[in-house]
Amino acid sequence: MTTPLYAIPGAPATSAPGVTEAAGVAPPRTVAQVLAQSQVEAVLDELDRDLVGLKPVKQRIRDIAALLVIDKLRLAHGLAAATPSLHMCFTGNPGTGKTTVAMRMAQILHRLGYVRKGHLVAVTRDDLVGQYIGHTAPKTKEVLKKAMGGVLFIDEAYYLYRPENERDYGAEAIEILLQVMENQRDDLVVILAGYKDRMDTFFQSNPGMSSRIAHHIDFPDYASDELMAIAERMLAGMAYRFAPEARAAFDEYLARRLQQPHFANARSVRNALDRARLRQASRLFAERDRVLTEADLTTLDERDIRASRVFAS
Amino acid sequence: MMTNPTGRLTQGQFSFLPDLTDAEIALQVEYGLKKGYAWSVEYTDDPHPRNTYWEMYGMPMFDLTDAAGVLAEMKECRKTFPHHYIRLMAFDSTRGIESIAMSFIVNRPAREPGFRLVRQEGVGRTMRYTVQSYATDRPEAERYGA
Repeated sequence: MTTPLYAIPGAPATSAPGVTEAAGVAPPRTVAQVLAQSQVEAVLDELDRDLVGLKPVKQRIRDIAALLVIDKLRLAHGLAAATPSLHMCFTGNPGTGKTTVAMRMAQILHRLGYVRKGHLVAVTRDDLVGQYIGHTAPKTKEVLKKAMGGVLFIDEAYYLYRPENERDYGAEAIEILLQVMENQRDDLVVILAGYKDRMDTFFQSNPGMSSRIAHHIDFPDYASDELMAIAERMLAGMAYRFAPEARAAFDEYLARRLQQPHFANARSVRNALDRARLRQASRLFAERDRVLTEADLTTLDERDIRASRVFAS
Repeated sequence: MMTNPTGRLTQGQFSFLPDLTDAEIALQVEYGLKKGYAWSVEYTDDPHPRNTYWEMYGMPMFDLTDAAGVLAEMKECRKTFPHHYIRLMAFDSTRGIESIAMSFIVNRPAREPGFRLVRQEGVGRTMRYTVQSYATDRPEAERYGA
């Protein structure tokens, strides 16, 4: 290509990189200066505030943010800084916040300056894999194109590969995915999510996938005090609150529920709260002539919690 | 032709300018996406000005947010048809408009032989005129030394 005869305002400088930067502000020399120019700290604070627990996740995001800051400082010295591979894999038990974190990750990476647009495209197997020969490749490519400039989130990623059916089209989707993950690292961040054991089998049969993902993050189960904090946050979000005795009852509920099978962490908490809301509603519904104050309408009573099936046994 | 001294095909936007670089194309695509247009890639080796419908390279790309997807498709098309004309088109799906809002050529053959003027004598002393591309003397896919 010949050099353009004209300049487009806002165009990435192709001929003389660095000229525009030098013309603006002086290149930063310290971490504090970079932090002042970017939103990194605000992002990290918000993350700490909004998510309960999840130590390893927060630590990894902090590392990624730190790399960004150091890269900016390196750039000021003229040192090369290639974009790191940011593809991630979230594994963990049900309800540990994999999907929630992935949804926020697009926003976080955008504000850290790693992705250009910061939108999230959430897909499952159905959106990637076609139903007949020749259907899969266009379908996968279309999804990838939509996700460019943002984050592609593949929930339950292990369904992509079905070892029991060797004619399954999932392998084709994986192949295209790998190619784009490798070649267009600047354009797209892929996040896979799934249960730990099944993802391990998935990676065993697709070693290429495992090695192309730089960040394997395991989501730990929540401790009971963390679950309590999550419950209160959820209630606050729905404009409800616990009565003091109800809080104690819910604490006991959690302790009992943890012993039972199929406990799905935050998801179980949400379901329990939803059921408590139902009970509160029918309790209030029964008293036809009573004038209901705002406190009545927003408070979950001890009875609403104690009526749970968990206390029956 | 005096009106087109460079002998280059002048269809669509920017066709009198030097070829856009990929970065400049990305900016145009980005502009279109911000307006909510759907981009598509088309190619042909018949440069006649009345050849409106070029061959589609894949489906039009709806619901894109970033130019990278369009650029990737365009590069793929360039790889497949290096000696063809390739253009990007932006479709505005707003109700009542529903037509192409932007269109420009992003790839052209190295040598563009141009058009000849064809005269046909009609009834009496009338003359009918048309243009014909020198390139189309050869069959499809063999034009432009492909």
